[in-house]
Amino acid sequence: MIKFLLKRVGVMALTALCLTFVVFFLTNLDPNLEKLAKTQGNSRMSDAEVASWLEKNGYARPLLIRYGEWIGVVPGWTRTAPDGTVAGRCLHRGAAPETAPAYCGILQGDFGYSTRFRADVSEIIATRLALTGTLMFWVMIVMIPSALIIGVLAGMREGSRADRVLSSFSILWTATPEYVSGVIFIAVFASSAVGLKWVKGSAASAMRDVTFENFALPVATMALYGMGYIARMTRASMAEVMTAQYIRTARLKGLKFRRIILRHALRNALIAPFTVIMLQFPWLLTGVVVVETLFNYKGFGWTLFTAADTNDIELLLSCSIVAVLVVLVTQLISDIGYVFLNPRIRIS
Amino acid sequence: MKWHHEGPVLEIDRLSISFFTRLREIPAVMDFSLTIQPGEAVGLVGESGCGKSTVALGIMQDLGRTGRITSGTIRFKGRDLCKMGEPELRNIRGDEIAMIYQEPMASLNPAMRVGQQLMEVPMIHESASKEAARKLALRMIEDVRLPDPARIFRAYPHQLSGGQQQRIVIAMALMSKPSLLILDEPTTALDVTVEAGIVDLVKGLGRKYGTSMLFISHNLGLVLETCDRICVMYSGEAVERGSISDVFEDMRHPYTQALFRSIPLPGADKTARPLVAIPGNFPLPHERPPGCNFGPRCTFFREGQCDTAKVTMQPIPGNDRHESRCLRMPEIDWSAPPPLPVATGTVEPGEVVLKVEGLQKYYRVAANALTGGAKRVVKANETLSFEAREAETLAIVGESGCGKSTLAKVILGLQPATGGTVTFGGNEIQNIPVARRPREMVGNLQMVFQNPFDTLNPSMSVGHQIMRALEIFGVGTTVAERRERMLELLDLVKLPRAFANRMPRQLSGGQKQRVGIARAFAGNARVVVADEPVSALDVSVQAAVTDLLMELQREKRTTLLFISHDLSIVRYLADRVLVMYLGHVVELGTTAQIFAPPYHPYTEALLSAVPIADTKVKKERIVLEGDIPSAVNPPPGCPFQTRCRWKDKVGPLCETQTPPLREIAPGHSLKCHLSEEQLHLMRPVIQTEDT
Repeated sequence: MIKFLLKRVGVMALTALCLTFVVFFLTNLDPNLEKLAKTQGNSRMSDAEVASWLEKNGYARPLLIRYGEWIGVVPGWTRTAPDGTVAGRCLHRGAAPETAPAYCGILQGDFGYSTRFRADVSEIIATRLALTGTLMFWVMIVMIPSALIIGVLAGMREGSRADRVLSSFSILWTATPEYVSGVIFIAVFASSAVGLKWVKGSAASAMRDVTFENFALPVATMALYGMGYIARMTRASMAEVMTAQYIRTARLKGLKFRRIILRHALRNALIAPFTVIMLQFPWLLTGVVVVETLFNYKGFGWTLFTAADTNDIELLLSCSIVAVLVVLVTQLISDIGYVFLNPRIRIS
Repeated sequence: MKWHHEGPVLEIDRLSISFFTRLREIPAVMDFSLTIQPGEAVGLVGESGCGKSTVALGIMQDLGRTGRITSGTIRFKGRDLCKMGEPELRNIRGDEIAMIYQEPMASLNPAMRVGQQLMEVPMIHESASKEAARKLALRMIEDVRLPDPARIFRAYPHQLSGGQQQRIVIAMALMSKPSLLILDEPTTALDVTVEAGIVDLVKGLGRKYGTSMLFISHNLGLVLETCDRICVMYSGEAVERGSISDVFEDMRHPYTQALFRSIPLPGADKTARPLVAIPGNFPLPHERPPGCNFGPRCTFFREGQCDTAKVTMQPIPGNDRHESRCLRMPEIDWSAPPPLPVATGTVEPGEVVLKVEGLQKYYRVAANALTGGAKRVVKANETLSFEAREAETLAIVGESGCGKSTLAKVILGLQPATGGTVTFGGNEIQNIPVARRPREMVGNLQMVFQNPFDTLNPSMSVGHQIMRALEIFGVGTTVAERRERMLELLDLVKLPRAFANRMPRQLSGGQKQRVGIARAFAGNARVVVADEPVSALDVSVQAAVTDLLMELQREKRTTLLFISHDLSIVRYLADRVLVMYLGHVVELGTTAQIFAPPYHPYTEALLSAVPIADTKVKKERIVLEGDIPSAVNPPPGCPFQTRCRWKDKVGPLCETQTPPLREIAPGHSLKCHLSEEQLHLMRPVIQTEDT
């Protein structure tokens, strides 16, 4: 078991390394650096001014060395300006040059400095992730039980009217992307276009205090899309289990339909959708970008979007690491949970 | 809700069941009647698709959405099951009528502990408390003779062997002491020695609890061993019904007779009692002929008489409740012996073609699916040595897990050997994978597979598949040439040439296997490994396919390695037999030597376990205790020592030393510690009364 976990952690680190390098390479392409210089300096800088800004802020050196600095295997740069002030990678917090460490990469626990928010990346990621965590939590609370219930109800009597109605809705939900359903929801439930005005179209106030009014629409938008997919998977799995011979055994034992479903079919039918649910987490990350931007909820998705928009290199890199972590940790949970649900492959 | 009733437990009266599809109504069972008295065991025999399982599900009123009872009644202890509502049926299912299924693994819930599944029965039917249900379940596990009930109670189904799983299914069925037990091919998925144990158990428990039984099987021998009465079905109808002795000794329907003549009996050999195949194929439900369903395949068929009106059941005077569905019953001479086939003459075996020496095959498997874990070694083959001559049939016999299929894979180059040699045509081939073998060698060493349903490409026509094989074997240079050769091959396996354009789904099982044989012989095969070539086929076509294989072999002087678990068929066609157990050769000799004492103790048990459909045969019952040990952890010393009934004659030697393979007569070797004198004390297992 420990060997297995170590292997997984190793894979995770390797993936993160590759992905961050790709992100680093792309964000350090010349046009992107120029854009960064212009947003940080002023937008009417000449090419020479851009070059000197990049030189002054340490961007003009070889890519690999700077990537090494970010990782924390190459000492951070320092530069003494003509006026005698010392600038450097590890000095951005106003630390004295004498006491500042030589290395300040992620290996030292320093995730860098956000050029857009002018704050430590780790601080930003922590607060924004917490906000997104709240959103995710409510999405999962709504999405998983309802998707499973819909899937089980549809799958337990394959081909029945209930099955067809529920399946049609699931397909419809899955086929509608969030930026469409989100806009429709705002128009119908929150704007004066229809006039219902039951809930708010913005989730900005939910960052301080979550209420039904400010959180219903973003949660619904995200949950519905994922729900259709999970429900379809559960339905297929349930329908297959219902034709299994051990269900016939249970029926011919004289069990009631209810008991057959609850005691015999459910656990077997949930083995396959469990993996799918876990795969939904990484997917939710992208959905979060659309929904948070749309509803002005400043969580992780919104941060990712803003960072990409302003070519905030170190923030983007940390976002990538978070994404890799989320994907691989959910995979791990999925694998372990699968073993737990399915006694046939349980550790002997 | 059990009620008292005098009279028959089950009365089925002119029952008809149909399945309704979008296209048409498919009648599955027609005009079927059957009575089961209290304590009686009735066998329901027929080939797959004849409607016997539909009858069972009809009794259970569990025909699915498409199935419906169109006419007739099913009275259980005097009450009509067809008129009962769902709650009433639920009370009867599992309580009054219980069922045992063909595949025990699939019939048990894989995600639920065995004990839990057993406890459910008394808890729902008798509102038993958890504690009482638990006690009953533990007692029942003991009753079905499983070791260590407490451990089994906590186990998941996949942790038990096939035989143990079936014992659990039986325990579950008997939990509420039902009045009627329906067994739907309960041992078909099990090995013969395990089957013998299950049959013993069912018979004993049936007697103990006074349960009536409906025993559904395609195996006449099993029915003879377990039942009091028998009902033979063909294509949705009962064709003959009566007591076991009446039907077995005084049969009055051509189908019953043909069925008996097409199955091999281990008590007789090919010269004394030839196999007669039933011509033609089983009719599909919507293509049944007018008049008698068996008409087109019947040797007594007479136009104008048999194909006009529906035939009804006729009582046979003088016998007890013995009926048959044949119009020509009084005219037929039922005692006439079967026509003797043309004498084929024996073929002298030639030179040694294939030589296997000290062959070993170990598999390394991961102990755990998730974490990999420590690798374990499966010892599938352990020092196998034998040789096979030209034009000889060498049968390889043993139960599942004995390593016979692994041996086939090594010979064919699908797996490399771990040790030892396989010599073919002067070359050592044990480590040449099939992809690197020269074309000619691949063509020379071919295989006929067990399951013809899975081994043909479903989206390629039959002719195309054979031509593809010819191309791979390098036969012929042009397409036209190969086409000609392919048509010749179809002639060879007695399929009409028009079949070349058919898709595999349009063929019956027997026809598919003929295509498989044609493919195997396409490259002038010198050695053909046939891995259970007929075990997936219906009884009535098995004989025909076996005959074809033998005929081709005689004609082409091919060496046939016939892998089988069925000793009766081996007796018919093999020249020599090799008995395998847990990767070892335990006995090797000519067919006559194997089937007569002295035996290896395992061969003796194997012979005793084969159900024989002949009332005149008496055999000694030897039921092996326990299961085959795992090849991951084989017992020390003799591989068979854990189940051997002769072990106490030798003593501790069996547990410490693997016996050597020694020759006790020319060409007859045994792997056993028993002394010569002890071996000669063995009695024949199978004896025919009138000899």
